[in-house]
Amino acid sequence: MTALEVPTHLVDAGLIAQLLLGALAVLVAVAAPARLRSVLTGSVVVLAGIAAAVTGSAALVGAVGVGLQIPVVLPLAAPLEPLVLAPDRLGGLFMALAGVVVALAALFGIGYAHGPAASRTGWTAFSVFAVGMQLVPAATDAITFLLAWELMAGGSTALLLADHASREPVRRSTVWYSVMTHLSFLFLLAGFGVLAAASGGTSWASISGAALTGTPATTAFVLLVAGFATKAGLVPVHVWLPRAHPEAPSHMSAAMSAAMVKMGVYGLLLLTLRLLPTGPRWWSIVLIALGTVSALYGILQASVQADLKQLLAYSTTENLGLITTAIGVGLLLRDSGQPAVADVALVAALLLAVSHAAFKSVLFLGAGSVLQATGERDLDLLGGLAARMPWTSGAFGVGALGAAALPVTGGFVAEWVLLQALIHVGAQADRLLAIVIPITMGIVALTIGLGLLTFVKAYGIGFLARPRTPAAAQAHEAGPAMRSALVLGAVLVVGLGLAPGPLTQALAGAVSAGGVATFGVTGLSLEAVGVVLHPVALTLLAVAVLVPLVAVNAVLARRHPRRDVTLAWGCGGERTSPRMEYNATSYSEPLVRVFRGSLQASHVVDVVHHDQSPLLVEQMTYTQETGDVIEHRLYQPATRLAARIGDLARTVQNGSIHRYVGFSFAALVLVLVVVAL
Amino acid sequence: MTIESLAVIVIHLALAVTLTPVLIGVMRTTRARLEGRVGGGVWQPWRDLRKLLSKQPTRAPGSTPVLTLAPILLMASSLMLCALIPLVSTVALPGVPGDLFVVVGVLLLGTVALALLGLESGTAFGGMGSSRHMVIAALVEPTVLLSIYALSVPAGTSALAAIVQARLADSASLLNPVSLLAIFALVVVVIAETGRLPVDNPSTHLELTMIHEAMILESGGRDLGWLELGSWLRLTALLGVVANLALPWGVGQDAAPLSLLVGVAAITVKLLVLGAALAAAEVFIAKLRLFRVPELLAGSFVMAFLSVSASYLVF
Repeated sequence: MTALEVPTHLVDAGLIAQLLLGALAVLVAVAAPARLRSVLTGSVVVLAGIAAAVTGSAALVGAVGVGLQIPVVLPLAAPLEPLVLAPDRLGGLFMALAGVVVALAALFGIGYAHGPAASRTGWTAFSVFAVGMQLVPAATDAITFLLAWELMAGGSTALLLADHASREPVRRSTVWYSVMTHLSFLFLLAGFGVLAAASGGTSWASISGAALTGTPATTAFVLLVAGFATKAGLVPVHVWLPRAHPEAPSHMSAAMSAAMVKMGVYGLLLLTLRLLPTGPRWWSIVLIALGTVSALYGILQASVQADLKQLLAYSTTENLGLITTAIGVGLLLRDSGQPAVADVALVAALLLAVSHAAFKSVLFLGAGSVLQATGERDLDLLGGLAARMPWTSGAFGVGALGAAALPVTGGFVAEWVLLQALIHVGAQADRLLAIVIPITMGIVALTIGLGLLTFVKAYGIGFLARPRTPAAAQAHEAGPAMRSALVLGAVLVVGLGLAPGPLTQALAGAVSAGGVATFGVTGLSLEAVGVVLHPVALTLLAVAVLVPLVAVNAVLARRHPRRDVTLAWGCGGERTSPRMEYNATSYSEPLVRVFRGSLQASHVVDVVHHDQSPLLVEQMTYTQETGDVIEHRLYQPATRLAARIGDLARTVQNGSIHRYVGFSFAALVLVLVVVAL
Repeated sequence: MTIESLAVIVIHLALAVTLTPVLIGVMRTTRARLEGRVGGGVWQPWRDLRKLLSKQPTRAPGSTPVLTLAPILLMASSLMLCALIPLVSTVALPGVPGDLFVVVGVLLLGTVALALLGLESGTAFGGMGSSRHMVIAALVEPTVLLSIYALSVPAGTSALAAIVQARLADSASLLNPVSLLAIFALVVVVIAETGRLPVDNPSTHLELTMIHEAMILESGGRDLGWLELGSWLRLTALLGVVANLALPWGVGQDAAPLSLLVGVAAITVKLLVLGAALAAAEVFIAKLRLFRVPELLAGSFVMAFLSVSASYLVF
């Protein structure tokens, strides 16, 4: 890709443009009148996103700028180095990914934001979050990285709070989100601290130059993986995802789920490919274990959720798990002397990240459109939306196809590359590989299967059949800004699936992988393992098959036209009501039974008997609750322990002034003793 | 090369569409005779199809385009399967080598079309069938991908044409444990994906145990015709894969008229014999309870897993 001529100043200009547009967006958000605020701020943020997409793409294909230096003017005792922004190829990819998602989300936000999300604070928070997120992968040292990371975290927390006045769960989920976010930050701070202390510098160059091994490297690896896994929403630190994503305004959920969690993936790649590239073998096993457990647990939880946005949030855990698995497999194979297949696995990780960004944006934006039209996120109360919201339904359908990894979408291409990497592992001489790779394959396969069920359920229950409530029956199509964001996202999902070749080649450059080429113009050839995928040829073949089929169908339809009947067949009966339809809960009931060990669902059947006789039933209610096992087993004991420690601390702090004076005196004596020693 | 491979694809499609109703007829007749009934005859599925395709389908108010599109999509998916699978000859289009993961993707598109159709009808039966169908599809997936894995390790590729060629070249490998375990796991997959006994009973209507029939209960006329033909074609394609993997003899390796003729004759015989054997076996087994099906699938998963592990020891 070096043949591509990209002006060298493009990256620097793009970085400056992002910072300026970010500042402008904040200014507009504060100054613009309420009527125009969403349109103006949203447009500026769209531009900032496009700037990031262009900058990132330029960096991805190998353009190197001089770097943007921002001197630190804080009056500190020890002067800090200037902050340097200069994305490398990998950083460029994640900047472009964040930029595209931000542009889509902001475009959707123009039509969607209302109430608190469209307030001065709402749009300021969104702008800060967006620009902070775009700059995370541009950082070249730990300080800049953490600064951008906190801008991203702060902005998202503020916007998450948007609806706190009207809905109580928002407050609780914000508490969870900020605790987990800061836990992640603390882990990162400690991890980078260890690296900086051991290598004598905070910049990526000096850390990787020191080629750390032994205890500092292991400590830093564990701390940083914990921090990045928390941001990426991997099990067991996924608990914030199913809380924060549903409660955030939908354009924010899309940006968080499609782009922000990817910064955790970027961190993992930065850590394992650049900062500490020569780790022992168990590091990759740790990543594979984290990834496969997250993938399976995430999709299992997603498949039984009835809340559309919660379902999507758990599916994010699944996808991030698959990405982490691919990274782990890549590292394991690099370590096992199979660099060619390892490259394919790493490319699969990047492809999974890109395709997930595309389809998850569409899905969350589609869920937002449904939420605005009906006021409901509960699939059990929706239905029949395809007839009333054709654009949303079409885009959501395409997104669901991508999430279910069906051809011809980006999701299919990404999982195809991952599966090709797994089956081409030469495990004959290596017992560890002969065990790990088939198990990984089995888990990935089950994940794919359950993903299929999850998204058939999400689309089929939500958009097909008959409306289950009046709110669903009176749904209306989204406005033009929201519609265009949905359609653009859907085009991306299909585009990635139809022409994966050029993008994959660029992605291979980001992890310096060889053996990836284009097949024809659009197809993909994994020369390293000798397989090709040509979605355009496949599509042409499908069209060739469809033409005679549709022709026969059309002739038959002319002769025997479709007949409208006033009532659905209803199995021959006429008294079917929407209450008799299968809903999301009943759809996943067989699965709840099959996986009762890991889901631990509780069922309550409430029967109200007739006054006259206990033999007659007047009303029956069935409630099913599927709890998060990890949350029950891990977090509740931890929070209980924290509460108990708090109670104990209360006995020390009883409010008596004498005691506090005593504490001060004891502290003074202690300090004097320490100084004297 | 391209002309030849297009000709092979046309032969595959033509053969599949003409042979499939006969295959179903043979299977039904075999079963009827073994159960002591006369049966409708070998040509009855053809007559059913002609009747259904020339009847008016119905549409309820508030129905979505899925009602019309799902039958066509299922047909397209099944026809694509027949085009991608080396039924008669291993000659394939450049860039479309019948990669097994692509084949599974195309198969799943048909599965999803059926499941969405079941939900679209908005009745309890449709949803029930759709839910069960998808649960089974989800649980079958690990077996499918692991048996593909086991079959592609010796051949070094997941392209179906290349796997069949490799097995033709090395007939001794057909009887080794890797191959046998993988084939057995694939047979369970075929049974589950096409809704045969003991997973689903293809000859029940309006019973609480049905899966496939529940989804298509609300469709009639032309729609039902396409749905029936599409499901039958799936059976042909999947049985064809198993037949050509287990007994690859007779599959043409070029597009010469003679080898194509031999290929057509070979696959016809293999399919009819395999179909009759399947039907005969169905006489002796009862349908499993729905919640026992995962146990069957887990068993097939274990076989596929053993097959992969063995492939690393044997090769």
